[in-house]
Parts: sequence; C-alpha cells; structure tokens
Amino acid sequence: MMKKYVLYLLLVAILIILPLFFGEYYVNLGSQIMVAVVFAASLNLLVGYGGLTSLGHATYLGLSAYTSAWLFQNFGMTHDYTALIALVFTTFVGAIFGWISLRASGLSFLMLTLALSQIIWGIGYRWVGLTNGDNGIAGLTRPTPFGINLENSNNFYWFCLIITIASLFFIARIVNSPFGSTLKGTRDQEKRMSALGYNVWMIRWVTFVMASFFGAVSGLMYIYLNKYIHPSVISITSSAEALLCVIAGGAGTLAGPILGSILIVLLKNYVSGFVERWNMLLGIIFVFIVIFMPAGMAPGFTQLKNRLFGGKKP
Amino acid sequence: MTLALEVKDLKKSFGGIAVTQNVSLKVNPGERRLIIGPNGAGKTTLFAQITGDLKPDSGSVSIFGNEVIKKPVHARAHMGMSRTYQIITLFKQDTLAHNVVLSLLGIHQRKKNIFNSLTTEDELYDHAIEFLDSVGLKQQAFRKVSEISYGEQRRVEIALALAQKPKLLLLDEPLAGLSQDERVVVADLINNISKEVTIVMIEHDMEMALAFAEKILVLQYGKVIVDGDRDAVVNDPKTQEVYLGH
Amino acid sequence: MLSSGFALIFGLMRIANLTHGSLFMIGAYVAASVLRGGYSLVFAAFVAMAVVGLLGAIIERFILRSLSNNSQGQVLATLGLSFIAADACLMIWGGDPIPINAPEMLRAPMEMFGFMFPTYRLVVLLISMICAVLLYLLMERTRLGAMIRAGVDDMQMARAVGIPASRLFTIVFSLGALMAGLGGTVGGPMLNAYPGLDADMLPLALIVVILGGVGSLVGTFVASFIIGFIYTFGIALVPDLAYVILFLPMVFVIAFRPSGLFGTMRA
Repeated sequence: MMKKYVLYLLLVAILIILPLFFGEYYVNLGSQIMVAVVFAASLNLLVGYGGLTSLGHATYLGLSAYTSAWLFQNFGMTHDYTALIALVFTTFVGAIFGWISLRASGLSFLMLTLALSQIIWGIGYRWVGLTNGDNGIAGLTRPTPFGINLENSNNFYWFCLIITIASLFFIARIVNSPFGSTLKGTRDQEKRMSALGYNVWMIRWVTFVMASFFGAVSGLMYIYLNKYIHPSVISITSSAEALLCVIAGGAGTLAGPILGSILIVLLKNYVSGFVERWNMLLGIIFVFIVIFMPAGMAPGFTQLKNRLFGGKKP
Repeated sequence: MTLALEVKDLKKSFGGIAVTQNVSLKVNPGERRLIIGPNGAGKTTLFAQITGDLKPDSGSVSIFGNEVIKKPVHARAHMGMSRTYQIITLFKQDTLAHNVVLSLLGIHQRKKNIFNSLTTEDELYDHAIEFLDSVGLKQQAFRKVSEISYGEQRRVEIALALAQKPKLLLLDEPLAGLSQDERVVVADLINNISKEVTIVMIEHDMEMALAFAEKILVLQYGKVIVDGDRDAVVNDPKTQEVYLGH
Repeated sequence: MLSSGFALIFGLMRIANLTHGSLFMIGAYVAASVLRGGYSLVFAAFVAMAVVGLLGAIIERFILRSLSNNSQGQVLATLGLSFIAADACLMIWGGDPIPINAPEMLRAPMEMFGFMFPTYRLVVLLISMICAVLLYLLMERTRLGAMIRAGVDDMQMARAVGIPASRLFTIVFSLGALMAGLGGTVGGPMLNAYPGLDADMLPLALIVVILGGVGSLVGTFVASFIIGFIYTFGIALVPDLAYVILFLPMVFVIAFRPSGLFGTMRA
C-alpha cells in the first residue's frame, strides 16, 4: 500500500517541476491535457463505471464555460461568483437532462444525450443575441485566486494541476466507495441489482449529476485556459473526442481517461500540423480502437506491469 | 396468521395469449411450496409477477400482508423477499465475496456512501465470507465467479439470496443444469435452510422437489390445475394427466 | 426515405447506424458528380443507390460483423466511420456546396386545388410513398421479408432452419444504405450537396425513428411527415431556433412514451 502512495507522490512531484524545464508552448499543452483529463474522467464515471454511453457530455463543459463567460461579459462579475454560478447552473441542467435521458436506456439513452446536446449546441449557434453565435465570446480573463496572477503559463499550469488532482481524487473516492461498487453492479447486471434492493435509476441519476458537475469543472478550466469560447465546443465532435479519450485509455479504470487524454491531445496538436483531416483521423482511431482494443490502453499497461513486477491484488 | 405470500386472481396476457389465468396461491410462513408444470405453463411468468419484473393485468400480490403490485422491484427486497434466477446472473468479473457484499449492501444504508473506501478488509467482506461458508464455498471466496464451476455458481446464487436474510425466498429452478453430485449438494443446502424462511420453488427435478415440498401448485397453460398437500397432489389424476397426456 | 433506411437497420438489426447521415451525403455527392457528367437525375439516382448500397454492404460485412455482440462498439464504430466519411467527402468534393438541379420538366410549379405547389417536391412525396409501400410489401409479403423478420426475432433458430442470417444482415444493411443513397439523390435538388449535410440529416433520421417507434415502418412514415411539418413551419416561424424545435418532440416522446408513437418495443 505504502509503495503505491510513494509512487503517486513521485509522479506528482515530477508534474510539479515540469514547467521549470519546458517552454511556454509545452506548459500550455500540459494545461490543455489536464482540461481533457478532467473532462474525460467525468465522462468515465458515466461510461466506464456506469455503463451509460453518452454522446452529449460536451454540453456540460460548454454550458459551464459559456455561463462563466457570459456572466463576466455582461455583468462584470468577479470570477469567484461566475465560477460558483457556472458550476451550480451546469450541474442543475445536468440533473434535468439526466432525468430526461434516463427515461430510456441503452441506445435510446445515447440518442437522448445526443439530442439534448444538439439542442444546446443549436442554441449556442443560433441565439446570437445570447451567445454571440459563430463569433464566440472573447476578451475573457483568468481568475486571480489569492491575488496570484494566472496569466503566467506556469502559474496557470499549477492551478490546473491542483484542480486536476483534486478532481481525480474525489472521483477515485467515489469509485472506490460502496456507492461505486453499486454503480459498477448496475453496469454489469441491472436486473439483479434491482432484485437485490437497489434503486438502479437513482444510482444512475446521481452518477449523471456527478459527471455533469465534474464536466462543469473542466469547462471552467477550459475557458480560463483559452479565454475564448465558441459553440463548436458543444458539438458532437467534442463529445466524441471525450468518448474516445475514455475508451482509448480504458473505460472503467482510473488511469484510462488520463492515458486517453494524453494520447488524443498530443495527437491533435501534432498531427493537425501535418494533416488537415483531424476528423478523419479521429474516425479511424475510433474504429480501430473499437475493433482491436476495446478495453483500451490501461488494461494493456496493467497486464504489462503485472508481468514485469508480478503480483496482483485479490 | 398473516400469509407469507398471497396471490389473488392474477391475470396476464401478451397480445391475446393468456399466460396467467386467474392464478391464486396462498403460502403460509415457513412453508415449503413447490410450483410445477410442463414447459410453457407460466411458472417463471408467475414468479416474475411476484417479484415485480412483470406487471400483471389484474389481480393482487401480497407479501406478509402488504400489497406489492404497485411497488417497484427494488422495494420488494426491503420487504424481505429474495430470489434466485434460472440463468446465472452473477457478477462474473468480480470475486465471490464481492458478489455477496453487493447483496449485503443492497439493503444497507452504507450503499449510499460515496466517499469512504470499500476494501476487502471491510467487515462486509467478513460477513460475506460467513455466508459463503454456509454454502460450502469459503475457500473460493476470493476467486472470480467466472473461474468457478457452474454448480458452484448456483450455490453462490443461493448465498446471495440468503445474505439478505429474507423471510420469503423464491427459487427458480435451482437445480437446473447441475450434475447428479452437485444436485445432492444444492438440494441439501436448500433443505437445511431455516424454517424461518418461507420458500417457494419452481423445479423440474421431481425426486428432489417432491422430497422438499410440503404443498404443491400445478400449473398448465397459465392455469392452476391442482393445489394442495404434496401427497394429495401427487396422487391426483389431474396431475398425472398434465404430465403424461402431453 | 432516409429515415426508413435507418429504421430498417435499427429496428431490425438493432444497430444505431450513425453513418447513415454520411451515406445520405455520399449519395448526394455521387449524384452531383453523375449529373455534372451530363446524365439525367434518374440515372444519377441509380448510380448513387448502387454506390451507397455497396458501401453499406462493405461496412456491414467487414466492420460491423466483427463487432457482432457489442452493440456499443457498433455504434461507436459507425460514429467513427461517419467522421471518416465526412472528411473523405471534403477531400474528394471540396468545401463548397454543389448544387443539384431538378430535371427540366419538373421545375415549373404545378397548380392544384387552386394552390401553387412546387412540382418537384410533389414528385418526391410520390416517390417516398411508393418506397414506403414497396418496403412494406417487401417486409410483410415476400419470402425475403419473412426471412429478415425471422432472423431478427431469433437468429439461432433462423440459422437452424437454414436461413443465412449473416448474409441477410448484409442485405438489410445494404438496403438501408440504398434508401439513404436514394434519399440523398432525390433530396439533392432541395438541399444540394454540401459538407455538413450528414450532420444535418442524421439527427432527423434519429428523431423520426424514435418518434415513430422502433420496429414500426408505419411509425417511421408517419413520424417523418410530422417532423417534416414541424421543420418547415419552424423554419418559417422561428428560424433561429428551428433546429432546436425539431428535437423537442423526440425528447418529449421518449420521456413519456419510450416506445414511440407506434413502436412495438423500446429501443
């Protein structure tokens, strides 16, 4: 047990000192990856642990980002308030959308999440009065917690790191808690769980709400990083990318979203330099992973680690 | 004395085909009730309506005096009812102990806890191992369900049901697919369950079932053909017709 | 037409084919190319159907087959394919919309009951009704239809009685794809071929099928009319939010009647 914690601390220490060795471009890349990690981890709760595949998760990142931006632009609110309201509002919408989507299951659930996401996307694009449509909202600033200037890339990186670690910590706690076990149970044998006395719907709904909360968190990270928001953030492509991060990394594992996000963000950044057709590449990777590596990367790495270091917990 | 289970005039049709026709059933607490009938007689459908997986078109189902038709499936576990399934519906990728833990948590407040870690050192696991012991599977407690034999999986099913300390236990063909040896083991298990638990069982294995049963309900085409004490039912010409005239 | 293809695939094979919109779009693009070569729209339609149908067969045979028990995997794979297709179309045909013109004789509006109707749209209506009837007859009255229905109800049994289930599935998928291709061509003059056509069309297919009810071709037919109406009026009345309005009926219907208006089963 102790060994594991030491390993984590080491990892975190490395992550902390990283910015001191790399230039601004890479530090920002690191921040970008972290936004994706939190976003993917939030989706993983639903998809990996809950067995509920959603194609509309970008809604929560987008809503949170837009709310923060809109409040700042139109009311000049300070970021502690915009963040709070954005989180609360987005989670609230998550609760409602969760209620609607969970009226169905399986494929219908997927389509509902897609439909709801498209509605928000449509509003984002067309209701120009509210969201500035295709132009997006720009001219935003980063918050200054305790007076620290986050415009500095390194500072922002550390800010993201703290949030990411905190989010992953809470998500890990949820997954390893009794509730987490029941969630996985509903994923594996829904009927059995009902017969054992679990309110499956409620378990799923609570998970949905939690997933949308963490999605909202990633939305705040997103807008602070980019200081700009555009409706394309709420598109199907955005949701699909998150899904890919989760699946490629390994759904239902804690490391999965991390690995997947690193892969996808790096690919996106480097490949789009050479290849214009990011969508096509995304599609190809999707099909490839689904057919050849459905369990994702994390299980593969675990097997490797076990073979190298031996031993497995019961 | 309140009946453990009372079914009154249950009716269910699927698009014109009546699968349950005016079925009534009374089970006393502690009783050993057997439900038999040829394939397609509607036995599992009847079970499903008692557990809540299916909603009857009309009629009523009461457990210890409480009407349950309007209650969702998960509420019934809290009323003291447990069941096993004809097809194995265990959590294959989890350990035996974890399976039983899930059963234990089902009626426990702790299932709502989203913060504290649930590790194998937890007392829930100790309880789980006790239940596994009672079905003779203590040694396998930390093996995955997918790694044990079919017969052992059947015993885990029973452990899962017993873990919730039910007052009413519904067993759906608990001996299905088992070898002769395994049958003896499982039958023993079932026969040794305390009299505090009322058992209603569907079973095709006549030898074991008749040894077990106190009262028998015979179904055919969704209708009750015979209902009464074991010996009376066995000797009833209608019963023999149901099985031979087929 | 688009939706019936989707309904066919989804209702019968339980595969949510997210590539459907792409197939529609490919149909439109292929037709546009054929037209540019100076052929008639009818010929273009046949070519489009053939190409798209073939694509459908390939997709089913190679990709979907290898994921046969993994319905989530199938959905995701078709999603991935739709991305590939979208970019491929972009590569082949460029980013500008390509107009598709209706045949000469159908351009002038027709007068009926005192109203002026765009002739072409009436023709489209007619074609879709014919298709609907044909599909219905195929499913209900022909041996092939019976085999398909049997295969879906119980694949094992069907195989046991000698029905080539796998080949059937390929056929069904192709048929569905074919319908999409036809839809793309026929809809061409009204919509043109442009990047993003797939994203615009797919949700419509989804909505129509869910609204109409899974497993019911009749439902699909009725629903497509309803959606068509709402869309047209929506665009006229609240152009900004027309897109949104489209989804609301679907959301309501699923929320309160998960099997759709005519559905025989939950999706």
